Amino acid sequence: MNSVLLRNIIRFVILVLLQVGVLNQVQLGGFINPYLYILFVIMLPFTIPGWFTLILSFAIGISIDVFCNSPGIHASATVFAGFLRQYVIAALMPRENIDPIETPNIRTFGVGWFFKYSLVIVLAHHVFLFVVEAFKFSDLHLVLWRALLSIVFTMFLIFLSQFLFVRNK
Amino acid sequence: MRNLILFILRNHYVILFVLIESLSLFLVMQYNSYQRSCFINSSSAVAGGVNTVFSAVDHYLYLNQKNQELNAELARLRSEIPSAYKCDTAEVQSVKDEVYTQQYEYIPCMVISNSVETSNNFLTLNVGSKHGVEPGMAVVSASGVVGVVKAVSPNFASVIGVLNQDLNISAMLENNGYFGTLTWDGRDYHYAILKDLPAHIRVFKNDAVITSGYSTIFPKGEPIGRVDTILDSGTNGFITLRVRLAVDFKKLTNVQVVRNLLKEEQLELQNRAENE
Repeated sequence: MNSVLLRNIIRFVILVLLQVGVLNQVQLGGFINPYLYILFVIMLPFTIPGWFTLILSFAIGISIDVFCNSPGIHASATVFAGFLRQYVIAALMPRENIDPIETPNIRTFGVGWFFKYSLVIVLAHHVFLFVVEAFKFSDLHLVLWRALLSIVFTMFLIFLSQFLFVRNK
Repeated sequence: MRNLILFILRNHYVILFVLIESLSLFLVMQYNSYQRSCFINSSSAVAGGVNTVFSAVDHYLYLNQKNQELNAELARLRSEIPSAYKCDTAEVQSVKDEVYTQQYEYIPCMVISNSVETSNNFLTLNVGSKHGVEPGMAVVSASGVVGVVKAVSPNFASVIGVLNQDLNISAMLENNGYFGTLTWDGRDYHYAILKDLPAHIRVFKNDAVITSGYSTIFPKGEPIGRVDTILDSGTNGFITLRVRLAVDFKKLTNVQVVRNLLKEEQLELQNRAENE
């Protein structure tokens, strides 16, 4: 139990530092900006209560905001993604009995399941984020195009990290 | 109360989400100048739209008052335009500092009772002898001649309208200056009859008919209407025309009473000339 907690804390810190220190500096073509930190919300343990998911989502979002000097923008998107997470899990859950500390990753239910699961959350997070960032619906197609490109890149990074760091059982 | 707590407990997840999301969006609005300016701009657009609707309603409610103000203004301006003045060039040598003497004054007022249905229609105005109205004064509206004051009380005046078979108005064709007598035939309130025009002149549809100014009542050049049809083209020596009236008597509200300041002088002179 403690190791799960510790792993999540470490993941939190690494993802925030990675996001702020590296990924925010690489703006490919000034257009694409991956937001890998959402992986923290994706990889929270299944059994964590809903209210705690929301608070943790807010925590990592506001942490990114502090460094980006954009109070509330990342927090609101991450809370939205965290809110949807419960329903995504409920909709995609393939089996009944889960190990209490089981964490969603490519090994849990396979690559296809994890792809669907993470794609929905990344999609929700990025679209919400880019819309709040633009804060107007006049150039919506441009905003959605930016979001889409960033989603592709974020998904690529998520799977890269999965293949690099998730150990075989 | 218990139900409320149960409700909150049952929906704590959604409620918490709404709270945190609201907090986040509040932060977005509060600390990001770009988003705040967008939000304020769009809310001022909404507020502006609502305000426009309300002020439109407001303006509509004050239309009556506005109309009265405009009518007063119109009366004041008409008192100042050249046609309200009589040219005194004949006396230029004796009165060097005043080329024009004011001949007509306009008193703004409202029609408070009106009819177009009977064959002899009268109007009632909300001004009377207290306001300087006297029998025999002309009544005009912005679009043209309305009638002549017949009787006055301290606060009201009764007017014989153009739509009254007892009223004859000296009317003139604007383009050639020939004049005749305008009466109403008691039928359609849109039309009056202009008769006694000489047979040799040419009259066309839509020729303007104006007051001649030969009586002491109407100023010269007040619009009466336009020629609609030629009823009699001179078979008995005179042309008779049907004239479409410029004034719509069915929706008459704001009018002006015309006071001829030189009427007494003119009448006195005419009487004297006739008696001699």
